[in-house]
Amino acid sequence: MMDDLTLLTLSKVREGLRSAEFTSRELLEAYLARIELYEPSLHAFLYLNADRALTQADQADQRISAWRKDPTEPLPPLIGIPLAVKDVLCVKGLPCTCGSRILEGFIPPYHATAVRRLLEAGAIIIGKTNTDEFAMGSSTENSAYGATHNPWNVEHVPGGSSGGSAAAVAARFAPLALGTDTGGSVRQPAAFCGVTGLKPTYGRVSRFGLVAYGSSLDVVGAFGKSVADVAFLFGLVSGPDALDATTVDLPVPQVRLSDEPSLKGLRVGVPKEYFVSGIQNEIERSVRAAIDRFQELGAQIVEISLPHTKYALPVYYLIAPAEASANLARYDGIRYGPRNPAEAMWDIYYHTRGEKFGAEVKRRIMLGTYALSAGYYDAYYGKAQKVRTLIKRDFERAFDQVDIIAAPVAPTTAFRFGEHSNDPLAMYLEDVFTLPANLAGVPGLAIPVGFDQAGLPVGIQLMGAHFAESTLFQAAHAYQLTTSWHTLFPDQIQRA
Amino acid sequence: MVTKKQYEAVIGLEVHAELATRSKMFCSCEVVDSTSAEPNIAVCPVCAGMPGVLPVVNQAAVELGVRVALALDCEIAPVSIFARKNYFYPDLPKGYQISQYEQPLAQNGRLVIKTSQGEKVIRIRRVHLEEDTGKLTHINQNGQSYSLVDLNRAGVPLLEIVSEPDLGSAEEVRAYAMTLRNVLRYCEVNSGDLQKGVLRIEPNVSVKEAGCKELGTRTEIKNLNSFRALERSVAYEIERQIQLLQKGEKVLQETLGWDDILGVTVTQRSKEEAHDYRYFPEPDLPPLVLDKEWIEEIRRNLPELPIYRQRRFQWQYGLSDYDAEVLTEERSVADYFEEVLRIAPELSPKVVANWISGELFGLFNQAGTGFSPNRLAAAALAELLQELEKGTVNQASAKVILSEMIQSGKRAAELIQAMGLMQVSDAEIIQGWVIEVCEANPLQIDAYLKGKETISQWLFGQVMRKAGGKANPHIVRVLLEKYLHGLKDDQQA
Repeated sequence: MMDDLTLLTLSKVREGLRSAEFTSRELLEAYLARIELYEPSLHAFLYLNADRALTQADQADQRISAWRKDPTEPLPPLIGIPLAVKDVLCVKGLPCTCGSRILEGFIPPYHATAVRRLLEAGAIIIGKTNTDEFAMGSSTENSAYGATHNPWNVEHVPGGSSGGSAAAVAARFAPLALGTDTGGSVRQPAAFCGVTGLKPTYGRVSRFGLVAYGSSLDVVGAFGKSVADVAFLFGLVSGPDALDATTVDLPVPQVRLSDEPSLKGLRVGVPKEYFVSGIQNEIERSVRAAIDRFQELGAQIVEISLPHTKYALPVYYLIAPAEASANLARYDGIRYGPRNPAEAMWDIYYHTRGEKFGAEVKRRIMLGTYALSAGYYDAYYGKAQKVRTLIKRDFERAFDQVDIIAAPVAPTTAFRFGEHSNDPLAMYLEDVFTLPANLAGVPGLAIPVGFDQAGLPVGIQLMGAHFAESTLFQAAHAYQLTTSWHTLFPDQIQRA
Repeated sequence: MVTKKQYEAVIGLEVHAELATRSKMFCSCEVVDSTSAEPNIAVCPVCAGMPGVLPVVNQAAVELGVRVALALDCEIAPVSIFARKNYFYPDLPKGYQISQYEQPLAQNGRLVIKTSQGEKVIRIRRVHLEEDTGKLTHINQNGQSYSLVDLNRAGVPLLEIVSEPDLGSAEEVRAYAMTLRNVLRYCEVNSGDLQKGVLRIEPNVSVKEAGCKELGTRTEIKNLNSFRALERSVAYEIERQIQLLQKGEKVLQETLGWDDILGVTVTQRSKEEAHDYRYFPEPDLPPLVLDKEWIEEIRRNLPELPIYRQRRFQWQYGLSDYDAEVLTEERSVADYFEEVLRIAPELSPKVVANWISGELFGLFNQAGTGFSPNRLAAAALAELLQELEKGTVNQASAKVILSEMIQSGKRAAELIQAMGLMQVSDAEIIQGWVIEVCEANPLQIDAYLKGKETISQWLFGQVMRKAGGKANPHIVRVLLEKYLHGLKDDQQA
């Protein structure tokens, strides 16, 4: 009997496929078997692409066996490997709802660039994962199609907005998943589900085909079982794209992770503003313990200050909704998506938008519209942009002193359903530690560093200077070489 | 005695010009003629505002915009910013138009206009890049009313050119608009066709008491599809506002349309309905940074603009103000004129000018094509005029030949031969015709000898007729005069 294929890391899967230890079909079927068992209780997917995926797995197997006979042409790096994709990223021919009724039935005729690059690398899309509507939320409770549940405890949220992707990797529905991060939407669900999640530098990965929420903040991110897996995926999706003018024309570094767990010479900044009263005790304990581990591995720990941290939340909730208010204006029922019929043109707008958008989306559209209005622009949006510059400068100054910054991902572990859903402000506070990296555009990596008393995962967030993803990978990989948190998966998912 | 108050009009113009690029402003869709193309034939996910797509700036549009801005003597911003202008309408797929707001492409330019009052400098406030919207067609059929959306035009590059309120009359407004159109055409960025809507002119009109510093309330006139409508609507609007003020009433700030049949402006939208566009910097596009060297290269390659070319034609070729203006209004005509003179520098510029603006324009107008150098190469006209100059053909034959050249595409020399229009300058032959005509008309000769000198003109016509129009008229005249004087002398002897 073969080992459980769904436990294998990416490098083991790549090896196994190439050496014909197992086939792509066997790998995919192992994941599908788990989906069949646990998806009813987790609801990680909005669309399952099983049939097409199986056909593609068979094609991959043919290609692999041909390659084994004649290995002159190299195989694509991700050949035969399943991938889950957050439903705000377009996959040509598959539905893309963004967790919203307003895009029900919409099938994009184009791939997101990140998706296209992974398909070209041989990946097989297993399904589209659940998300808060238009990525607005921190729990997936805002999905119009029902929430996703946390595989560690189905009574708790998986985080959000990329909760479906995080849960899919944690529940071993897929070895890899794409998410997006506008204010923490990769890092926070990664922490809540105990997996590794990366938010790259803004401009590193093309946003083409990522359905926009806050365009100056949105980044395509990745989930995986380990830093090594995520770094591999990052290498494949990154790099400039002619379809996205905000991508930066920099070569993607070839990440070579050292097997020596040494962090000699690495300076790790610990920002005092991230360790304040109000964060859960167990989080502080686990995060401090992880920082101690970095020190044991040779890193130098430096206390630093990011003085404008406290403004990140109000600044974010002016800029992101302002951009969203414009980005979501195109959903009018005129060209695609459902239309609520009406006699007069304006009534089509009112009814379609009024009935198809959820409460949180409407709340943010109103916030943003207000912040941009004549007479308020300078006081709100204009001021927020200025403070955003100060927050960015905080990070620039910090990275003169240190190589990476270590901090909690969120003030709590995965909370219970409904705990924050009637209190938008409490929900917004969930993102208080993740928002600054989006506002500054710097990369952030979340990795699991322990559990709370309830058995829910705790994550740490490592932030780096612009385009310094490699530094984050080296540090986090060294940590994972000497710890086993990332190898733990929920073994008993409650069945529905 | 009550003196009537004097009023002054203060007018600024907002002009939208589509830029004649091959592809749209932010995607690779082809730019098609939106008045004739099949609806929605040039549309892609980007210009249709599909989820997740992003704009990418068309560098060619930037270049054309910079070219116009430089032609208008503007300062080009080394860094300019795109902005979103937000409003809902089904012809605007994204729900916002990508435009420029706080940091436009260029500012502080000028355009010299000429009116019956002489030359005047009109200041240009700003020039910025944006994208056009789609087009709605409203249908009312069988009791059903609905609208059709055509996105062919959505995303076509537009240049907005805003003047300072330096214009004071309908005549100046027309002159400004025409001059600006000529600049756009010289820069080869726009055909200047108001009918097709590729050029749209919107005047802002206000009046104030003469000498008063404070500006009056302004109205904006939209949907003007000819220069005549522009001039008439502004004249009407100035008069309307003056009458309101004279009656002690107020001018309302509003957007007006123009009813071309009734000749009146009509309310379209009042100020209360004005939009709050909620402009903010476009996060999908980085600031537009222009390289200084690149701008200078565009400046070096700027065409000579109509006003300067007109002045040069006057001093270099000795043309009249009128001739110079007619020849320089269109770049292709001016180029053609200079090309003819380059090929045949011995020709008189005045003669060439007359042939182009007289004969050639006439023939092209008859054909209904407008001036088109493709239908008669400059070299071909030069050759014909050289033949005329040499005396191979006379003026009348040359006109016939010119028409034939355009129709057949054949060369002058060939047609002169083929049509037998070679001018006869042989004195002996002409002398023969003169004698024949005079001997055949004894009554007229008699009248001439009795002092009716004008008969000689009639006799000249008869000789030319005899020659089938081909005789060299100069030689005919000399020989005829000589013959008639001979008769006179005989009579006196």
